[in-house]
Amino acid sequence: MSEKQIDEVSGVSTTGHEWDGIKELDNPMPRWWLWTFYATVVWALAYAIAFPAWPLINSATTGLLGYSSRADVKNELAAVEAAKADYVAEIAAKSVEEILADENLRTFATAAGSATFKVNCVQCHGSGAEGGPGYPNLNDDEWLWGGDIESIRQSIAHGIRYSEDADTRVSEMPAFRDVLQPGEIQQVAAFAASLSGMNADAEMAAAGKPLFEQNCAACHGESGNGNREMGAPDLTDAIWLYGSSQAEIAAQIRSPKHGVMPAWGGRLGDVAVKELSVFVHSLGGGE
Amino acid sequence: MRFGTEIVAVGLFAFAALMGVAFAADEPFRQHMWVLFFVLTAATVVLIRRTSFAPAAPADPSAYLDEPIRYGVIATVFWGVVGFLAGVVIAAQLAWPDLNVEPWFNFGRLRPLHTSAVIFAFGGNALIATSFYVVQRTCRARLFGGNLAWFVFWGYQLFIVMAATGYLLGITQSREYAEPEWYVDLLLTVVWVAYLVVFLGTILRRREPHIYVANWFYLSFIITIAMLHVINNLAIPASFLGSKSYSAFSGVQDAVTQWWYGHNAVAFFLTIPFLAMMYYFVPKQADRPVYSYRLSIVHFWSIIFLYIWAGPHHLHYTALPDWAQTLGMVFSIMLWMPSWGGMINGLMTLQGAWDKIRTDPIIRMMVAAIAFYGMATFEGPMLSIKAVNSLSHYTDWTIAHVHAGALGWNGMISFAAVYYLAPKLWNRERLYSVRMVNWHFWLATLGIVLYAAAMWVAGIQQGLMWREYDEQGFLVYSFAETVAAMLPYYVMRTFGGALYLAGGIVMAFNITMTILGYQREEASIGARASVALQPAE
Repeated sequence: MSEKQIDEVSGVSTTGHEWDGIKELDNPMPRWWLWTFYATVVWALAYAIAFPAWPLINSATTGLLGYSSRADVKNELAAVEAAKADYVAEIAAKSVEEILADENLRTFATAAGSATFKVNCVQCHGSGAEGGPGYPNLNDDEWLWGGDIESIRQSIAHGIRYSEDADTRVSEMPAFRDVLQPGEIQQVAAFAASLSGMNADAEMAAAGKPLFEQNCAACHGESGNGNREMGAPDLTDAIWLYGSSQAEIAAQIRSPKHGVMPAWGGRLGDVAVKELSVFVHSLGGGE
Repeated sequence: MRFGTEIVAVGLFAFAALMGVAFAADEPFRQHMWVLFFVLTAATVVLIRRTSFAPAAPADPSAYLDEPIRYGVIATVFWGVVGFLAGVVIAAQLAWPDLNVEPWFNFGRLRPLHTSAVIFAFGGNALIATSFYVVQRTCRARLFGGNLAWFVFWGYQLFIVMAATGYLLGITQSREYAEPEWYVDLLLTVVWVAYLVVFLGTILRRREPHIYVANWFYLSFIITIAMLHVINNLAIPASFLGSKSYSAFSGVQDAVTQWWYGHNAVAFFLTIPFLAMMYYFVPKQADRPVYSYRLSIVHFWSIIFLYIWAGPHHLHYTALPDWAQTLGMVFSIMLWMPSWGGMINGLMTLQGAWDKIRTDPIIRMMVAAIAFYGMATFEGPMLSIKAVNSLSHYTDWTIAHVHAGALGWNGMISFAAVYYLAPKLWNRERLYSVRMVNWHFWLATLGIVLYAAAMWVAGIQQGLMWREYDEQGFLVYSFAETVAAMLPYYVMRTFGGALYLAGGIVMAFNITMTILGYQREEASIGARASVALQPAE
């Protein structure tokens, strides 16, 4: 404890306390600080009167302005719904072909489908619908199950190999490891590669041709053009879902991978599925 | 016999850990008990090798107990560098996801390692060491409890090691900043109570009539952290030999308990006790009296009272009822001035010593720390306003905010305290190099500016992209597009963090050389300028 003394620099008295050489000045609190503090307290009280704030036994005060964040969200969503209501009703009533034919409706459905796509589809098909290994590119004109608007709607609504939907699209390429010898699989792979003009050993490809006709043509067609009824891919277009190298093609023949797409009809509803179909159809490959 | 009880106790706990290995209910717990077993066995061996049967000389009751503080300063520097390094690694992982190494070194496990290392290991050691230093000198009393201070130090290091290795093994209770599981929480509880006993005991045996303001802040930190830690971690273990527990709370009560804790970790771990540091080291280094005693009283009590209610602002626009959101927001707004009271008292204490900014890089660090404190405590209340929060929440703006506070305020004031303490604790005339302190200052400042600027821009852009709707009310961007847009900022952030880490390494070198007793030959800072700037006659 030391005596109060005047600090030479500031001319202010100390409080007379001292700890390890540290003294304290007896300055008042800055006025601007104090008044700003009071102002925030007053503002806080006013805000707590205007908005829900004071907890009671079973509820809380609702505030003079009657604000409720849930009601706000509800109103905002309702306003958005109301703004779209006319279009939505029309989309619900019409078939996808009719929507496609109506320019106004098509424009709206494309915008709506694009937004739905961004939330639900980009995870697999990519932000630009460009797909990736195992996930089809939706911008090109190769369609496993058909590229007309109704086929697209059917694929989205019921999914692919999605066992929980009775109307889902189903097909399964057999695993040829039990049917063909390893060497024969390589020959078929070479032939398949040659179909789209890719580099392939001519001898191997020639040897693969009869094997292809015996084992593959039933689904993929004599000339390898595929069959959309069965979801059998076109092999002549150099678009490969599971990789274009001969080793990857051989692996797919040996023990094929089969992708699954969920059925979206139940999750998103009929209108959203129609909008999505119009959007996907508009990407460039729609037929 | 020296260390007799300690050897037996640590050895028994090592055996218990081995039993934990043998009867573990799950594989992560078994691995974690192996870690504990090896650590405790090593500790037992070290103690046995250092024991002696000669009667120990009784400690001089009038001398300060400074050895645990020396260890604490070294631990602060060590964990600081580790924590900054972990931060740079996870920043790089966000920019280049290929750097995620499964399973131990992916982002999900390294992120809590980073936050715990910087907050609890670096910050916590700085706080324990400085509080032991400050309380002895401002009470003119030796630390209470004899070797209890050693238990606090080593117990706390064990907590850090167990927490960190637990994260890497995938053991977490998924509560932000409170990730360690129940058994590690219990360890910390015991250590923390011992810490309270040492600190409070020292205050009670003080030989000064009044308690210095720094000690109010330290004491409120120790008490409140104990309360927060215990309540937020109330949980039922699925097995007493397992690494999984279930929280005592559920649903929105669980969320609000967590954020009551989470926000007050910011308050009572990262604000209040660092103000205590400021209240001791700034007047000492500047050799000036504290600006206003009255301001210190009023801002202390107002900050303590208001801060504890502000947590719900972390849950704006969630399932939390509107009334609780309102309270979280208005208490945060009222907190603005009480927080700034500390800034005013810190800066105004430099009245009459402002010229030292030019010549003393430690003062420079302190001023930067207080300035960042002021910025962060203005930004905090602003972000708590619901309208602002609706844009900022869940974005990198929050990351910018916490790092302006953590790197700028907590980091800088701790570095300043370490630079102040090292020569005093090891009886060196001065630091190895004062100029290297200046390098550290500029590396850290540049790092913070780059980091915070990148994250501010990233956060606001993110928020705007998420809420972008077209004129028909349809979403414009997919989430992945908003992630892709962040890449340049994430790269810049990594670079800023690397600068800050480099500053930490410069400090580690400087402190090591100081402890070893070297002095770098160098011109003193500002000497030339003071010659050149002679006032005109």
